Formats: sequence, structure tokens, C-alpha cells
Amino acid sequence: MSAALETHALCKAFGALTVADRIDFRLEPGARHALIGPNGAGKTTFVNMLTGVLPPSSGKIVLGGEDITALGQAKRVKRGLGRTFQINALFRRLSVLDNVALAVAERRGVAPKMLRAASAHAEVCSEGMELLATLGLADDSGQRILDLPYGKQRLVEIAIALGLRPRVLLLDEPAAGVPSLESHRILEVLDRLPKDIAILIIEHDMDLVFRFAQRITVLVQGEVLVEGTPDEIGKDRRVHQVYLGEQRHG
Amino acid sequence: MSTHAGGYSADPRIRRIEWLPWIVALAAFFLLPEYLSLGARILIYMLYALSLDLIVGYAGIITLGHSAYFGLGAYVAGILAAKAAIADPMVQLAAAAAAGALLGLTTGAIILRTRALTLLMLTLAITSVLLEIANKASSLTGGADGLSGVVIAPILGLFRFDIYGKTAYLYCLVVLLIGWWLVRKIIYSPFGTSLTGVRENSLRMHAIGAPVYWRLVLVYTLSATIAGVAGGLITQTNQFVGLNVLSFESAGELLVMLILGGVGRIYGAFVGPVVYLIAQDLLAKQFPEYWYFGIGTMLVLVVMFARGGILGILDGLIARLRRKA
Repeated sequence: MSAALETHALCKAFGALTVADRIDFRLEPGARHALIGPNGAGKTTFVNMLTGVLPPSSGKIVLGGEDITALGQAKRVKRGLGRTFQINALFRRLSVLDNVALAVAERRGVAPKMLRAASAHAEVCSEGMELLATLGLADDSGQRILDLPYGKQRLVEIAIALGLRPRVLLLDEPAAGVPSLESHRILEVLDRLPKDIAILIIEHDMDLVFRFAQRITVLVQGEVLVEGTPDEIGKDRRVHQVYLGEQRHG
Repeated sequence: MSTHAGGYSADPRIRRIEWLPWIVALAAFFLLPEYLSLGARILIYMLYALSLDLIVGYAGIITLGHSAYFGLGAYVAGILAAKAAIADPMVQLAAAAAAGALLGLTTGAIILRTRALTLLMLTLAITSVLLEIANKASSLTGGADGLSGVVIAPILGLFRFDIYGKTAYLYCLVVLLIGWWLVRKIIYSPFGTSLTGVRENSLRMHAIGAPVYWRLVLVYTLSATIAGVAGGLITQTNQFVGLNVLSFESAGELLVMLILGGVGRIYGAFVGPVVYLIAQDLLAKQFPEYWYFGIGTMLVLVVMFARGGILGILDGLIARLRRKA
């Protein structure tokens, strides 16, 4: 069975500085996989290469068996690759529903249309509302993002990505900036995500990582240090040394 | 753009207040017959400002070179009338629209790959290049002397342009109505909503799979088409084309009008030209040498104290009254 997403010897260098060094990575269909590493490990660069924001210096990215290395961002999304952002990238002056509807409209091919009003596309609105209901945001659908608490904004980040119905979802620090008391809500939402979506989560909150992920890849200085189950990673001395200190998890 | 309870962007139904500009325009036709020439000029600038609002206010494309499309439309209509003996105003207007669209598409495809200051400079460069071409190609354009001898046949073979400007006024009003309907249709459509998305967060629009560049090229082309039509109208109503239609001042003046009225509000494009051109008319009569001082002061006040323009002030007042009530 082909991987949902895989990379082969993926490299990225900015001049003499190599920030991703021959990364071989495999995300299985329906996987719950975490990518961790200390600051500057190259996690965001890796995600940016996967999504097409940054072109790799060399190597290959394969999505569902198809080589997507040369494709632009939009084409990767159309092929089922969705992402969220570490720092909220929302349409701040639009309503919560509009934020999600923009994604749904793009996926359904409604977005380029000019003849009918946007609101006349009831199928977009109803799908957006259903999605918000599943994330517990139905009551906030009419609120502007500007007026929404930060924790809920993080959920809208996820809702927009889900509006694309991705096969592979990259979650870049979904709990970033969320107080620890509220991060359980993010985890609840993550736990309820459709099982057929392969999810790669990049996260600093180790509790969340070890509770959510079935496999963990540790990236250090642009290289894969180790990959394994949470239990294996929790016991790996190299990981403790470079990343976890003396904390024990799992 | 506000959102409404039904969802997926703004409510497209025409509100009662939206009939007001048309009622005022018709009332002006009957009540101010001696100002119809100025009125026609205002209506043309409304259409021109509407085209600018589409890209500046809704798509977030900043430009100082919109006069390129307006000026090209003006010259195409003028050259057809004065040099090619094509006097039908509808044909002239269609040609002005097509020329604006073609130039908008070709230049937009190039310049919209850039952003911010680079984009701003490129828009300026395009209108400067066109200005110089118009200046040098004097056999076709009349050069610095301008293009005269513009002949306009009766509209639809029925309505002749009269010296009082009645036909011109109504003709401009009808074209503006069509332009407004089109722009409104675009803004409330899924395409228009996606433009708002690009303006609000182009990073996210890329991430949801929107072909941002092509959306911008398309709206830029549509805007250039409308600006071309406005240019054609100015030629038809003045029966003369001068180099000023392509000048940087013309583009800057338009931007000032839009900022005065309120950017990204459709009707800011209506209010701005009314205030600007009437103020210009009055101030130029009172203070022929210093009238720009008055315009400048007005702009400074709006930029400092009313970032949403005149419509922004009105919105604020209405909101305050509602809170008190």
C-alpha cells in the first residue's frame, strides 16, 4: 500500500546553511504522526516544502503515489494536502462561517463563479455549518474572527483545513498560544478528526504529542534523528539528550 | 464587507438606501440643468473610481497607474471618432472597453507577479510609458495639442448629444448604472468573496488552493475594462482628448477621490468624486491659484481622522446613534 505522503532525500539549503538534510519520511494512510524537534530543527521548513511554499533544493515529495515535488501550492491542495498554521492565518474581518466557506467553496469549485451571489450557494453554507457544528463552533458562526477568543480561533484554523477534505493534514502547532487549561479542547477535536485523514502534527506540547501520536519522528538540525512509537521515543536516550532533557513520557 | 446571518459573506439584496444615489442623480438632472456638464463628469469619475475600488478596496491591489486604462479607452474612442470615422458611440465604447481589457490583461499578467512598492512603481511606469507614446504619436493622438475633431453620432441613432449636456448626462448615468450592477454582482459573488479573502490573507488563500495570481489578473482585467469605458465616456462627452487623461495626476486624483469617499465600500466611489469635483469646482472659482490647498486639507483631515473616508464617518455616526437609542 502506498504511503499517504512520503519524502525521499529531501534537502533544503540557503546558501551554505543546510536546514533540511536528506529527509526520508513516510506518513501512512490514516496515520497519527508527530514531528518534533528543538527550535531551529527545520520542522517548519519541512512543512513549507511539503506544502509547496518553499521549493526543495533536491529530493522528492510523493503524495498518494504521485510525485508532487514540482507542483505549486494550489495543485497540492487540490490533490488532498491541507495544512494549518502555527500563527493564525485567518480572514480576521470575516465571520467564522465565511472563513470556512471560503475553503469549502474552493474545494467545490464554486469560488471562481460570478453569476450568482455567494450566499445563494446554500450547499457551501450548509457544509460549512456542519463542519463548525462538529468542532463545537456552530454558535460562533456569525462572529467575526476579530471578536473570537484565541482558543476558538485555533479551532477555526483546523476547520478551514477540514473544509478542504484533505487526505493528508499537516497541523503546525495547533495548540500554540493556547493556555494549557484549554488545550484539552484542541486535543478532543484532534481525537475526533476523521480516521481516514493521515495527520502529521508539529507540536511543542509534549503531553499533546504523546497522547495523540501513534508514531513520532524527531528532527534535529535538519536531519531525522530517530523515528518510532511514543514509547520508543520516550525511552530513547538521544532524544532525551537533544530534546526532552530528563523528562519522561509515555 | 459585512456578513449577514444567512452566511457566506454579505447579503446581496439591494437595500433601500442603495436607491438613494440614483434618486439624487435623477433629481439633479431635473433640478440643476445648468450643471449637467459637471454632473456628467462626476458620473464618469464615479465609474472610474468604481473600477479602482474593485482592485484597491476589494482585491487589495495598490496602484498609481489606473489612468493607463482610462486614458487608453479615451484615446481609442477618440481615434475611432476623429481618424477612423466611426461615430457610433456604442462601437466606440465597446472598443474602449476591449482596449482597456487587453491592456489590463497583458500588464496585469506581468505586474501582479510583484507586490507592494515594486507593484506600485510598475503601475506608475505603465501609465508613464503610455503617456509618452501618446505624446510622440502625434499624427494619431494629436500629441500635446490633444485630439480634436471627435465626432459622436446620436446614441442608438436616436439621441443626439446636445449643448446643454442632457443626453450626455443620461447616457453616462445609464452606463454607470450598468457598471455599478456589474461591480456589485462581482463583489457579492463567490469570486468577489475570494477576492476579499486575498485582501485579508493571501497566504491562507494559497493554502486553501486558490489560484491567487489568476484571480488577481482577472479582477485587474475587469477593472481595466471598466476604466476603459469611463475613458471612452470622457472622450464622448468632451469631444476632445488631451494627454492629461494618461497623467500620473489623473491616477493620483482618482485615488484621492476614492480615499475621500471610503475604500472598499462601493459607494465610496460615488461619494468621493461628488465631493472632490464639486469642491474643486467651487474652490477653483473662489481661489483660482490656491484651490489645491483646500483639496489637500480635506485629504489630510480624512486620512488623519477618518480612515474609512466620508462613508466611514457616516457609519460611525449611525453606529453611535444606534447605541444611544
